[in-house]
Amino acid sequence: MTTRIADRFTLLKKENRAGLIIFITAGDPEPKTSLEILKGLPAAGADLIEIGMPFTDPMADGPAIQAASLRALKAGMTLKKTLDLVRGFREGDKATPLVLMGYFNPIYIYGVERFLDDAIKAGVDGLIMVDLPPEEDAELCLPAIRKGLAFIRLATPTTDDARLPKVLSNTSGFVYYVSITGITGTASANNAHIESAVTRLKRATPLPVAVGFGINTPEQAATVARVADAAVVGTAVVKIIADNAKMPADAVAKTHRFIADLAAGVRGARVNA
Amino acid sequence: MSTVNSFRTGPDEGGHFGIYGGRFVAETLMPLILDLERVYTECKADPGFQKELAGFHTHYVGRPSPLYFAERITQDLGGAKVYFKRDELNHTGAHKINNCLGQALVARRMGKTHIIAETGAGQHGVATATVCARFGMSCTVFMGAEDIERQKPNVERMRLLGAEVRPVTSGSSTLKDAMNEALRYWVAKAETHFYIIGTVAGPHPYPAMVRDFQSVIGIETKQQMQEAEGRLPDTLVACIGGGSNAMGLFHPFLDDPSVRIVGVEAGGHGVSTGKHAASLTGGRPGVLHGNRTYLLQDDDGQIIEAHSISAGLDYPGIGPEHAWLHDMKRVEYVSATDEEALEAFQYCSRLEGIIPALEPSHALAYVRKIAPKLPKDHILVMNMCGRGDKDLAAVLGHLARRGRPV
Repeated sequence: MTTRIADRFTLLKKENRAGLIIFITAGDPEPKTSLEILKGLPAAGADLIEIGMPFTDPMADGPAIQAASLRALKAGMTLKKTLDLVRGFREGDKATPLVLMGYFNPIYIYGVERFLDDAIKAGVDGLIMVDLPPEEDAELCLPAIRKGLAFIRLATPTTDDARLPKVLSNTSGFVYYVSITGITGTASANNAHIESAVTRLKRATPLPVAVGFGINTPEQAATVARVADAAVVGTAVVKIIADNAKMPADAVAKTHRFIADLAAGVRGARVNA
Repeated sequence: MSTVNSFRTGPDEGGHFGIYGGRFVAETLMPLILDLERVYTECKADPGFQKELAGFHTHYVGRPSPLYFAERITQDLGGAKVYFKRDELNHTGAHKINNCLGQALVARRMGKTHIIAETGAGQHGVATATVCARFGMSCTVFMGAEDIERQKPNVERMRLLGAEVRPVTSGSSTLKDAMNEALRYWVAKAETHFYIIGTVAGPHPYPAMVRDFQSVIGIETKQQMQEAEGRLPDTLVACIGGGSNAMGLFHPFLDDPSVRIVGVEAGGHGVSTGKHAASLTGGRPGVLHGNRTYLLQDDDGQIIEAHSISAGLDYPGIGPEHAWLHDMKRVEYVSATDEEALEAFQYCSRLEGIIPALEPSHALAYVRKIAPKLPKDHILVMNMCGRGDKDLAAVLGHLARRGRPV
């Protein structure tokens, strides 16, 4: 069992601040630049990293992340190469937690047991699976937990109190609250909703609560950071990569600069509140 | 082959047919799907619901659809007696209305007044738009941009019926992508909208619910064949995209071991070319659109775009119950190519005065292959699940390009 996720949230608690979780798609815009972007994330201010595993049919993602998946696949990305990317990152960073996010089919085809072994060896700390609700825990969640990989569940505005215990059972690492009823990169939730949702989750679980979907600016990240244990930013980062896909050096530099702004927002949130 | 007492007891509580089916959806949709399952179970057991559905079948759809003896085709092929189950005579011109009507009644019971649908050939979109008009519900139909081009008359029909048709340009701009977009839209509108899935696929309870609503086809066929011939048919043939018309015909016969059952997938340019939509013949098990089933995919689990001349069959997956029946070897799955379907389309028009849709033209192509080799007392039923008006422009274009204009 890796302890990087728990260690990181313990550290954040000690520093009395929320964490910044940055999402990028593995191999976007192509594997080499993607590794450069990934390697620089911790220095730019990412506390945890979420790597999207490219899939042709990402049914919970908006246009920006769909396009990122397709760019990566076009550049030859596979699940095996995603694990290579993680291994490349781990050579220089043993502390930053890294979780893989995606859809089940590529893992199912890779083979669940083999995937879990290879992911742990590569330095993955947890999994976020969009299309595996608790009803399908036998597929990947339980085998992952047995092997010592965190399985981070998504809770949503439609997860009511009756269902919440089921969603929280077999959840480890942290809980990811999807703050809108919708796909990535579309709408943003209002602050009051986020605050009450986090409070509700906190009452039901001792795990840290991260909030994502619809966080696009340092200001929005700061607002979330006042009430949650971490803020997740994905689409806004992926858009910068997309805008600079033809100029790898710019894609790396501009992405890191934007993350530094987000980090400043998150780190100052409780001080400035 | 493992044996079971009955092929008609699935799915289990989790929505599984063997290893297939299930509920592979985002958490946002899970509470909704559980709610749907609960309400549908109520409807199924409610005589009032069934009575209302039967009333609409009789007075709105025009059921029962005839079981027609295709005498000239039978003579021409010189073998088995060929019957058509005439579901193309239904209101809206295909079997799709059977399912839409049922789901609209379920939606109404759940208090939902906004309906979402995906469509390939446009038949499911038209049927959905029709029932939405009938029940005063709003209707948003997602359709691949390429299919909008291929099936213009149906697009106009949907708009006339008051539906909003949203073109989908992601991926291959066909049925798979329309389903992705419909699911994305549904995630955003989960609390107010009802998604009428058009085939026996998607998360549980859709595959079972759609099958139940389409089973009227097979139930009628059984009774009508008893009246016509005093016995069960020997062979059933139906085309398969997602597989709803086929499942509707097949399901009531699954436990009649004397009945040979054949599903015909879209072979496109030929299964060996890689450009086809034959998931069972040319795919392998995977997870997409809420269920585990056979999928066209590469070695990395990425979905491969399907190809078929028929927009209604142009899908890289198939209903999970078909996947199970395939593995259990209860149903045989074969394929017919674009070219064979085009020929069958013209053949049926000229010999029977019935212009079939391109989808059942695939089934007919297979009937043309096997009927001549079967004895004259062999009874074969093919599901004529849609009419071909929507395909005229596309077919004429294909024939002109092949240098043989009508």
